[in-house]
Amino acid sequence: MRNALFSALLTVLSFAAAAAAGFEVEERHWIGPEDGTPLRVISTTDTAILEPLIGSFLEDHPGVAIEYTVANSSEVMKAVLEGQEPFDVALSSAMDLQTKLANDGFTRPHQSASTALIPEWGEWRGHVFAFSLEPASIVVSAAAFSGGEALRTRQDLISLLRAQPERFRGKVGTYDVSLSGLGYLFATQDARTAETYWRLMEVMGSLDPQLFCCSSSMIESVASGEILVAYNVLGSYARARRDLADKIIVIDPEDYTHLMMRSAVLLRGGRRPGLARSFVDHLAAAAWSQPPAANYPFSQPPVAFVDSASPKRPIQLGPGLLVYLDAEKRRRFMAEWFSAVRKE
Amino acid sequence: MSAAVNVSGSLRRRLLLQLVGSAALLAAILFFAVLGFVRNVAEESHDRILLASATSILDSVSVQAGEITADIPYAALSMLGNVSDDRVFYRIASPAGVLTGYTDLPAGNQPVQPGQPRFETAEYKDETIRAVTVSRRLSAQGAPVAVQVSVAQTRTGQAALLEQLFRSALYLGVGFFVLASGLAVWTAQSSITPLRSLTEAISRRGPKDLRPVTRPVPAEMSPLVSSLNSFISRLQASLTRSEDFIAEAAHRVRTPLATVRTQAEVTLMRVDREENRASLREMIRAIDESSRAAGQLLDHAMVSFRTDSLEQEEVNLTALTRDLAERLQPVAELKDIVLHFQSDDDARVKGDAILLQNAVRNILDNAIKYSGRERDIWVRSANSGSEACIQVEDEAGGFAGEDTEALTRRFVRGGNAGDTIGSGLGLTIAREVAEAHGGRLIIEDSQTGAGACVTLCFPLS
Repeated sequence: MRNALFSALLTVLSFAAAAAAGFEVEERHWIGPEDGTPLRVISTTDTAILEPLIGSFLEDHPGVAIEYTVANSSEVMKAVLEGQEPFDVALSSAMDLQTKLANDGFTRPHQSASTALIPEWGEWRGHVFAFSLEPASIVVSAAAFSGGEALRTRQDLISLLRAQPERFRGKVGTYDVSLSGLGYLFATQDARTAETYWRLMEVMGSLDPQLFCCSSSMIESVASGEILVAYNVLGSYARARRDLADKIIVIDPEDYTHLMMRSAVLLRGGRRPGLARSFVDHLAAAAWSQPPAANYPFSQPPVAFVDSASPKRPIQLGPGLLVYLDAEKRRRFMAEWFSAVRKE
Repeated sequence: MSAAVNVSGSLRRRLLLQLVGSAALLAAILFFAVLGFVRNVAEESHDRILLASATSILDSVSVQAGEITADIPYAALSMLGNVSDDRVFYRIASPAGVLTGYTDLPAGNQPVQPGQPRFETAEYKDETIRAVTVSRRLSAQGAPVAVQVSVAQTRTGQAALLEQLFRSALYLGVGFFVLASGLAVWTAQSSITPLRSLTEAISRRGPKDLRPVTRPVPAEMSPLVSSLNSFISRLQASLTRSEDFIAEAAHRVRTPLATVRTQAEVTLMRVDREENRASLREMIRAIDESSRAAGQLLDHAMVSFRTDSLEQEEVNLTALTRDLAERLQPVAELKDIVLHFQSDDDARVKGDAILLQNAVRNILDNAIKYSGRERDIWVRSANSGSEACIQVEDEAGGFAGEDTEALTRRFVRGGNAGDTIGSGLGLTIAREVAEAHGGRLIIEDSQTGAGACVTLCFPLS
């Protein structure tokens, strides 16, 4: 069945920079029958990851096709704000941007039995619906850390980097917050949570860090040994790379680990609101049912996190997320961040 | 005997309606007062949170290197998210223009004095928002600059809260109303109780109990009770007068008639001429008729009067009947009529002995009067079930299918009355006495068909 659906991946249109649209598209796929009713989804998540879930959705909805557009989170935001291309659903890992879309009135409310499965902290005012819970982890090279150095907290990392600057010079990496919405979200949440973050950035800045656009390239760089430590990598992506399992070690810091929620919003400009609702329901049901759907691509979101004393905590959805999207705040944060990281 | 009472309205109902009406009014007032109060409190507390948010943003505005900058605290907006899931908007502006935030926010467009926050309600992005604007003076490049911060939030959460408060206030109002109504029912009931107990006390009284009411009554009822007492005493006086009058009339009518009859008989003995004797006999007959009519009229008046205030003493009906039969034996023997008296046990009934005697005598009189010579009359006293019955059966020919019911009306006489002396009141009296005692009078032809069978039945005591 899955092969059949894969073969239904009919057109793969890649635009380096879509001239027609005012936003950058990484790839664009048409999944499902060629003459199917299209549901237009814009997403930050790679097609391959969500393909099984999309496949089961299409099985349930014959005659429907999904036009799946992948872009980075700020481009997703831009696409929605410009509104030139009417998308039905936006899937994004940038919780702040999704919240902003909902806050500024670009989304439609929705409520159903499936959305009722979502825990209270995974949903915002019936507009933003989380469908995954993924940790911001530290990924280190298995080869470099075979000695069994204890690396459980940020403090451990800071001590290690301070102790052996020569070993790590040029071999640490993290998100470039100016390029990645998710990187910016992780950085701002870190900065908000603990002073340790700034010390870590200071230390990394002194080690001539490499800055990345995305988790996958960080993971590959660690695997190849190009860098030894990558900070704030999507743990879910790192753990999903079975092929690299013996080359990398994924650490969820024990002082605290932020959990990012991938979320869906129904866009107000969408042409097929009914179908869009079904799609969001499909994602929510797959993620939050006990147990989750067999083809759910992420690890089961542990629902019990919030109340426990676990260091893992979901980033809270809500208007607080709008604070770091404020232009003035962002400008100040960027300035501070780059002054910490880009030490000449 | 009691006439239908002309009822207009009900004290209890009126009281109840007024109390329930006031309860409803008070409940409504309570509902609106509570609703208004909690709405104010809810809006005020919401405004305070907005104000706290705006103030914390305002505090983060500073001048750095001659430029105004803002470092919005995370809590400033997340605190609003903790209250409700409402959308949040803000703007930081100086006279030079909007520094950051939502430029088109329809709030804080007018200058606001420092320390005097202004609250506004407006429409923004298809929703109603509540906004607050606060202001602060900074010094930039040597000149004072007024910075204004506006924070706004949609009111969905507040609307939900208000709906909940509305429901609570509604439950409170309804609860109050139900409770007050229950108390109203109780109050109306208990305030009518003295009236009801007085009524019961009066209706329980015996027919001849005309004592004034002496039981304690509430002040409001004392005029009624004193009127009632005065009415009772007048009634008693009037009754006494009637009784005296009846006794007086009976005496005055009967005595002269008896004298006239005696004189007529004396004269009859003296007169020899046959035509004069015939006239005298006719006269005596007329006198007898008048005397009997007068007697029966008085009897009837007496019966009417006595049944109005019926006495309830135990009477041995059997003994009474036997006694009567014995007394009438001589009259019967004049016509060679044999009076047979049969009885089982003594039948005892509750009632007025004089009335009972009168009723039985009238029936016996009738039987003797209408019977021909050398006939038999059977008088039976028997208990049947819960009744004591006196049955008088004669051989006077019966009613031959006449309307027996009509015979008991005043002055109606049977078809066989002929020239027999009578007033037509006998059976009327018997029936009235029977009914006054809760009994009945049955008039039918005897089983043999030879005559009538009249039965008087009374409930056994």
